[in-house]
Amino acid sequence: MQLVDSAHLSPKLFRKTITLAPTRDGYGQGLVEVGKQNPNVVVLCCDLTESTRSNLFAEKFPDRFIEVGVAEQNMAGIAAGLALHGKVPFMSSYAVFSPGRNWDQCRVSICYNSANVKIAGAHAGISVGPDGATHQALEDLAITRVLPGMTVVVPCDAIEAQKATVAAAKMRGPVYLRFAREKTPVFTTAKTPFRIGRVALLTAGVDVSIIACGSLVYQSLLAAKELAKQKMSAQVINCHTLKPLDGNNLLRFVKATGAIVTVEEHQIHGGLRGAIAEYFSAVYPVPIRSVGMPDRFGESGEPEELLEKYGMTVERIVEESLRAIRMKSLKHKRNDTFARSSRKKRSAE
Amino acid sequence: MLQKIVQIDKLERLANTIRQDVMRMLVAAGSGHSAGPLGMADVFTALYFTILNHDPKRPNWPDRDRLYLCCGHICPVRYAAMLRAGYGPVSEGKTLRKLGSRLQGHPALHHWDAVESSSGPLGQGISIAVGAALAAKLDHKKHFVFCVMSDGELQEGQVWEAYMFAGKHKLGNLVTIIDRNNIQIDGFTEEVMPLEPLADKFRAFNWHVLEIDGNNMEQILDACNLGKTIYEKPTVIIAHTVPGKGVDFMEADFAWHGKPPKPDEARVALRELRTLRGRIQPE
Repeated sequence: MQLVDSAHLSPKLFRKTITLAPTRDGYGQGLVEVGKQNPNVVVLCCDLTESTRSNLFAEKFPDRFIEVGVAEQNMAGIAAGLALHGKVPFMSSYAVFSPGRNWDQCRVSICYNSANVKIAGAHAGISVGPDGATHQALEDLAITRVLPGMTVVVPCDAIEAQKATVAAAKMRGPVYLRFAREKTPVFTTAKTPFRIGRVALLTAGVDVSIIACGSLVYQSLLAAKELAKQKMSAQVINCHTLKPLDGNNLLRFVKATGAIVTVEEHQIHGGLRGAIAEYFSAVYPVPIRSVGMPDRFGESGEPEELLEKYGMTVERIVEESLRAIRMKSLKHKRNDTFARSSRKKRSAE
Repeated sequence: MLQKIVQIDKLERLANTIRQDVMRMLVAAGSGHSAGPLGMADVFTALYFTILNHDPKRPNWPDRDRLYLCCGHICPVRYAAMLRAGYGPVSEGKTLRKLGSRLQGHPALHHWDAVESSSGPLGQGISIAVGAALAAKLDHKKHFVFCVMSDGELQEGQVWEAYMFAGKHKLGNLVTIIDRNNIQIDGFTEEVMPLEPLADKFRAFNWHVLEIDGNNMEQILDACNLGKTIYEKPTVIIAHTVPGKGVDFMEADFAWHGKPPKPDEARVALRELRTLRGRIQPE
């Protein structure tokens, strides 16, 4: 397995001692950083200040922290109004509520107004665990990705979450930032390049491109390691920005492998798989397999149990990668068979 | 800044002209809402010609008073008032709802930045107005934020979230005007989903409440000016209006909420408006 040097991944990448932290921690730290940089940054929250890590900002900048109470629709409107007056609002809640419950407000008050609002959806994905299906946001990427003008970012670890928060504050326009509750490996470093809208190649390979977002990027690296044992070399691509999709670079990478596996903690419809399938079906059709939530609601359980039950594991990524690789040769065979039969037909005529 | 009109009779005549503009715009558009815009012509005339500090030549002037229209569907009256105030030629009214027009069927910031915010889905504008008022307060700005709402849209839950928030933050720079015309698409508000006792509801949310005849220019001006002086609370002006005001066959009939007049109906309506129901000779 060939790690890409310029990705500057953690030296503890595959060690048991790798640091664990939830991506929401990175959000909180990022907020403090942008709060210092820009006096126009304000943070809104709906009664979830600590669990979204907005408290870090609230403690430092109490005058710029706005507690809205349990009212996500109102929060989105207030954020839009603040943004129309030159503020840079970050609105925090759980992803199921915001952009879940307030989607119409995100559509009209924020996106249609091109309001410079940053929407932070915490506790996204099935790894929320024991709270159960109502609190497991598995549709948020689909509903934000379809909104014109929206940028959609899914950081892969706490360090990238911090960078994404800072980058979101610096760009104009609505951004959806997706964070998770559980501690996951912090495998990037301060030196790892990050730019919204630019994918990052983490491992080089020729057999399959594993395109992943969020904490499952790390599982994808583990899968690539497994595949290497089977003499298969896999690219792992951190596709943290679902929109705008970095089509040019993805195309460049995928041309080297000719097969894709998408990996996300989201419904298999409408999220990363949707974005990748839409793009590649139009420009460079190749087999695409996917790892994600199979069109189901979740349930209570420990995060690892749920990821296991619903098939978002290293084993599944390996399995789907092998399938994608097999499909490449099937496709060639089919083409060959077709070519042969049409040649026969022609000669018969 | 626009020269303000202070004579009541002049404002009343202007409101009548704006009603006629609205009729012509709706006929040309072939779709749109009639009752609300006619009922609110007096309020919008007062706002654009007397109450608001604004400048049609500089629509992005940072210290202008903000006017958010929460019930986007009555936008023809806002457009008509804006065009009469100098935001564009009056003839632009005929482009309402047409391809490429700044006068979108519901206000759209992308198409015309002077409308302050896009609106249409009911209940969203008040939250935006509250955010704008909060931003002005945080920045120690002196301008006021006005928000015009319909009564039917008070059935949306979001508006009460916004009122609760405005009460908590004592947004004295926020004045909301409710078009209390008692109709909505499916019928009379009190039959569809009762809103009364409305004033008490606002008081319970820590708002200062004023109730006026929303078709009486003097009362509109007094209430808006008073609303600006109430410092310790946000103010709501419950403006009792007659939907379809000025046109006999439209007045108080909910059937006219969401449809435009046909050309022959518009002719009758315009004659009525021009002659003040036959009381004066047409020009």
